[in-house]
Formats: sequence, C-alpha cells, structure tokens
Amino acid sequence: MAERKMKMRTRQQAGGVELQLLITHPMETGQRTDKNTGKKIPPHFIQRVTVEHNGKVIVTVNTGAAVSEDPLIGFRLKDAKHGDKLKVFWTDNQGESATLEGTVDLS
Amino acid sequence: MKSFIKLPEDPVTHLPRRQFLKNTLATAVLLGAGSTGLFRPGWALAAEWPKDAFAAKALEDAVKALFGTAEMSPSTAVKLKAPTQAENSSQVQVQISADLPDVEAIAVFVEKNPSPLVAHASFAGASGYLSARMKMGQTSDVYAVVKAGGKLHMAKQNVKVTAGGCGG
Repeated sequence: MAERKMKMRTRQQAGGVELQLLITHPMETGQRTDKNTGKKIPPHFIQRVTVEHNGKVIVTVNTGAAVSEDPLIGFRLKDAKHGDKLKVFWTDNQGESATLEGTVDLS
Repeated sequence: MKSFIKLPEDPVTHLPRRQFLKNTLATAVLLGAGSTGLFRPGWALAAEWPKDAFAAKALEDAVKALFGTAEMSPSTAVKLKAPTQAENSSQVQVQISADLPDVEAIAVFVEKNPSPLVAHASFAGASGYLSARMKMGQTSDVYAVVKAGGKLHMAKQNVKVTAGGCGG
C-alpha cells in the first residue's frame, strides 16, 4: 500500500487567501487494465474532502474518479488571518481516510 | 442505455411508481425544510456522496441527479479557466470562480467523459472558488455549473485533447 501524503499551502492572492491541497492518491477509475495480469484495476478514488477553518466546516467537495491522480485542489478562504486554524479530512471509496491540520501562513 | 424493464405504474398519475414516490418525497422534503427554515448550507453538507450523479452517463442526467433540475442559464458571472488545448489529458487544470452572492455549490462536468461529473463542492463560508486537475477521455466541452440563490448558472469551454487520451 502506497503511502498517502497530504500537504497544504496558503498564499495571499487578489481574490483572497487561497488554500491549496495536494494529496497523494492513485485515483483509479476502475477502467484501466493491469498490463501484467490482464485484470481490471479496481476503482480507488477519493470521494470527499472536507475543509475546516477555525473549527467550522467551510467547504465539502464530492470528488469522482475523473479527478487526476495526486489531486491538487484549491479553495479561497474568507476573512482568513495569519495563524488561523485549518483542518482537512478526506475519505475514499475503499474506506481509507486521513486528516491534516495546519494554519494559515501568510508570512 | 435504456432499460427495458417495465416499472409498475401508479394508478393515479400513471408515472412509474418509483418515480412517483421519488418526486413526492423530494417535494415533501423540500417543502418541509423550506417552511421550517432548516435549509442551510450545513444541511447540504451532511448529505451522502451523490452516487447517482457520479454514475450518470449523460451530462443532463448528471446535472439533474445532482441539483434536481437540468435548467441552467449561461452567465458571465461564472468564470471558467481551462486550457483550449490539453497538453496532458490526465492532468487538465481547471479554475472556477463565481462573482455571485450566496454561492451554494460549484460542480465541474466533462461532457464526453464516461461519467461527466468530476467534482461537486458545497460552500458554507468559503468563497465561491474551486480549482482542480482532472482527466479527460477526449476533446469535449467542460461545464462549470454554479448554484447561487437557488438557480443554476453555467459557463462552458471546449478543451481539445490530442494524442494520448486516457490509457491511449
């Protein structure tokens, strides 16, 4: 089982503070065939990503298998200040999940 | 593909029974939620992963399964940023932002993908903005659908996919 990593980054942009998430995940569609065995690779993809800003859920994304491998997803926060708490949680269709906590870093 | 199994009809409406029940229940739930003021973004967030919408094979079916209606109007307030030509069809970067008050949700669809729905974000405090990378099977229109003020606003753009493609 490959290791799942998750990273978050915040940066000040014209439209507000942007939060970018990078999750290491195969995002298998279930339509690919394993070249060695000739068998279909079962679908394995993230279904939901939830973002909390200072303890409050601000956005939930339902994702399908059409999201690219190692998803990079971006959001814009409202009224974000340096040091604000962020928490990200994802689950996939095979029951795997992970949580990452961080802060808004505008330094 | 059409199903040839005949569903039992409701004697009053002549709708297939299952469809009739679904319509009635959906209306009842909406009415109930609306009248008691329970309809908040938080309520939408608690919903299940929309399996039917992700399984739909046609764009219209997917929009309908997700939002309950496929009626959407083109809007310049919805900004969709996507390449006109995808260099790598398995990593197509899209950016959607909506200059609308009370953005409830943003959904991304690729019309000619086997399942058009890519992602569906529900907002409860974040700005109406979403960026992601997605896979495209072939050249297709990309749709950004924004739900704001109870209505669907849409922007679309054609993205060309050349050599390669998914598993090609």
